[in-house]
Amino acid sequence: MTTTPLTTAESTPHQGSVSLAVRDVITLARRNLLALIRVPTALVFMVIQPVMFVLLFRYIFQSLGAFTQGNYVNFLVPGILVQTTIFGAVGTAIGLAEDLQRGLIERFKALPMARMAVLAGRTLADSARNVIVLIIITGVGFLVGFRPHGGFFDYIAACLIMLLFAYCLSWGFAFVGLAAPNSETAQAMTFPLIFPLTFASTVFIPLYELPGWLQGFANNQPVSQTTDAVRALMRGTPIGDSVWVSLAWSIGLIAVLAPLAVNQFRKIA
Amino acid sequence: MSEFSVEATDIVRTFNNGEFRALDGVSLQVPTGQVFGLLGPNGSGKTTMVRILSTVLAPTEGRAIVAGYDVVKQPSQVRRSIGLAGQFAAVDENLTGFENLRMVGFLNHMEKSRAIARSRQLLVDFGLADFAHKLTSTYSGGMRRRLDLAAALVADPPILFLDEPTTGLDPQSRQDLWAIIEGLVEGGTTVLLTTQYLEEADRLCKQLVVLDHGKIIAEGTSSQLKSSLGNTVLVLTFSSTGDAQQTLGLIADISAKPANVDGTIIELTVDRGPASAAEALRRIDSSEIVLAGLQLREPSLDDIFLNLTGHKAEDDVKVVEEKLSRRARRKAKAQV
Repeated sequence: MTTTPLTTAESTPHQGSVSLAVRDVITLARRNLLALIRVPTALVFMVIQPVMFVLLFRYIFQSLGAFTQGNYVNFLVPGILVQTTIFGAVGTAIGLAEDLQRGLIERFKALPMARMAVLAGRTLADSARNVIVLIIITGVGFLVGFRPHGGFFDYIAACLIMLLFAYCLSWGFAFVGLAAPNSETAQAMTFPLIFPLTFASTVFIPLYELPGWLQGFANNQPVSQTTDAVRALMRGTPIGDSVWVSLAWSIGLIAVLAPLAVNQFRKIA
Repeated sequence: MSEFSVEATDIVRTFNNGEFRALDGVSLQVPTGQVFGLLGPNGSGKTTMVRILSTVLAPTEGRAIVAGYDVVKQPSQVRRSIGLAGQFAAVDENLTGFENLRMVGFLNHMEKSRAIARSRQLLVDFGLADFAHKLTSTYSGGMRRRLDLAAALVADPPILFLDEPTTGLDPQSRQDLWAIIEGLVEGGTTVLLTTQYLEEADRLCKQLVVLDHGKIIAEGTSSQLKSSLGNTVLVLTFSSTGDAQQTLGLIADISAKPANVDGTIIELTVDRGPASAAEALRRIDSSEIVLAGLQLREPSLDDIFLNLTGHKAEDDVKVVEEKLSRRARRKAKAQV
C-alpha cells in the first residue's frame, strides 16, 4: 500500500525561490512593524529611557565637559544613540520569545515559507524601529543643545554604522529569544550581555576616565569601537580606524550569531 | 486518490538527550477523507506526533509519509499539502482577523488577490465577518479557535492536523467547531485530530488510537473501544474508606473489570448498568454498610485508561509533568 503524492494546492505562483523568500521576509517584517502602530505604548516606553538618559546625564555630568573636548552634550548624545540601538536589538529576543509562547513559530514552521524569513523579518523590523528611535533621540538631543559638527552625510554614515552593528547583534538576541523559556526570561537573559558592553565602554565617559583595569576591556570591545566611530563622524573629529574596526566586528558577529540563531530555530518546536 | 494520507512507521522521539521518550515506536495509518483520532491524556505524546507529521519537529527514529512525501526528506512538499492548528490558538494579537489570514496566505505563496479573496471567504464561513477588521486581542476564546482553524485552511490543504481543537472551549463553541470539522470532511479533507475527550472522538472520529507514555495501547473505532470496556460505570459513594474497602469485597465479582477505589468512592465498569446496580444494592443491603450515594454514568477517557493500563489518566500527567521538556513547560505557562 504505497502512497502516491496527492495534488497539492495549486497556489504557488511561478517565481524563483529567492524572490519568494524575499516576499516572505517582507510579509513578516510588515507584520512586526504593524505591531508598532497597533501598540504604540511599546515604542513610547522604548524612547522614554534614552530620553531620560539624555536629559539627566546632560545636566548631571556636564562638568565632564572639560575632559571631553567641548561640551558634554556633543559627547553624550552619540553614545546614547549607540546604547539605544543596542537596547532596541533586545526587542528581537522579546519578540521571538513571544511568538514562540503564542504558538506562532510552530505555525510558521508548518508553512511552505522560507525558514530564514521568521528571523530576517523580525531583525529587519527591529532595525526599522531603531531608525524611528534614532530620529526621536536626535531631535531630543537638539533640543538640549546637541550640535554635531560633522557633515550631514557623516551623520547618516554614523547612523548606518550603529544600525548595522545593532542589526548584527540582534541575531544573537534572536538566539536568546528562541532559547529562553518565556519572554520575561529572554529579556532578563540579555541584561548580563548588554550592561557590561554598554556601561564598561566609551558610551558615557572617555576611555581615560574609566578605572585602569577596565580600560583594556573597554577599549577593545565592539560597543566602544562603534561608539568612537559614531562619535567621531558626528563631531567631525578624526575617526582613526574605529569605523573599520566596528564594521569588522559587525561582520564577524553576524557570521557567528546568524548560524547559531538559525540552528536554534530548526531545533525548537 | 491514495488509500492513506498519513503513514507513520515506528516513530520515536526523545527529548533531553534521550532521557525522555515522548514517542516510543508509534505506527499509524490515516485513511484519506476521514477524521482520525489520537486519544490520550496530557503528556501521552499526541502533540509530539502532530508536530512530527507537520514537519515542525524531526523524529529521532522512524519514517512518516504525509500526502505521499517523506516529512524529513521532502518537508516543503509536505507543508504545501497540510494545514496545522496547534494546541494554542496561534493568532497574532496585534493584527486583525483578516490580516492574520492574509499573512498566512502570503506565507503559503498564494497570489495576492487570491489570498485576500480566500481570507474574506473564510471569515464569512466561520462567522467572523463582523470582526474581520478588529484586532484579534479583542476576540473571545471560541473566535480565536475558529480563526486559528481558518488560518490552517487558507491554502485549502487536503490534510489537516488539529491538536486539541476544542480544549478550553465552552459547549456551544465546541459544537460549532465540530460542525465545521464535519463539513470539511464532507468536502474531502482528511483530518487527524488529537483529543482528551472520548465524547469528541466518539462524535468525529471514524478510527482512533489511544496513546499512553508514547505508545499505542489500543486502536479501533470508538464503539469498539467502549464495548471492550463495558457500557456503563457504576459509582458508589460511602461515608468512610473502611466501608468502601469492605464493600469492594462484596461486589468486586459483579464485573470482570477491575474496580477503582479512590478513598470513599468505588467505580466499577459494568456491561448492564441497571441490573448490576440492583445486584450491588442487594448485596450492600444485606450487610451492615450504609451507602451514601449511587450513580450510573457513561465511561470516560479515564475509565478507558484505567481499564487498559491499570492507572488513571491523571496519574500519567503527574509522572510526565516531572519529565516535561522545557518547551512543554513554556507552553503550559503561556496557557495560563
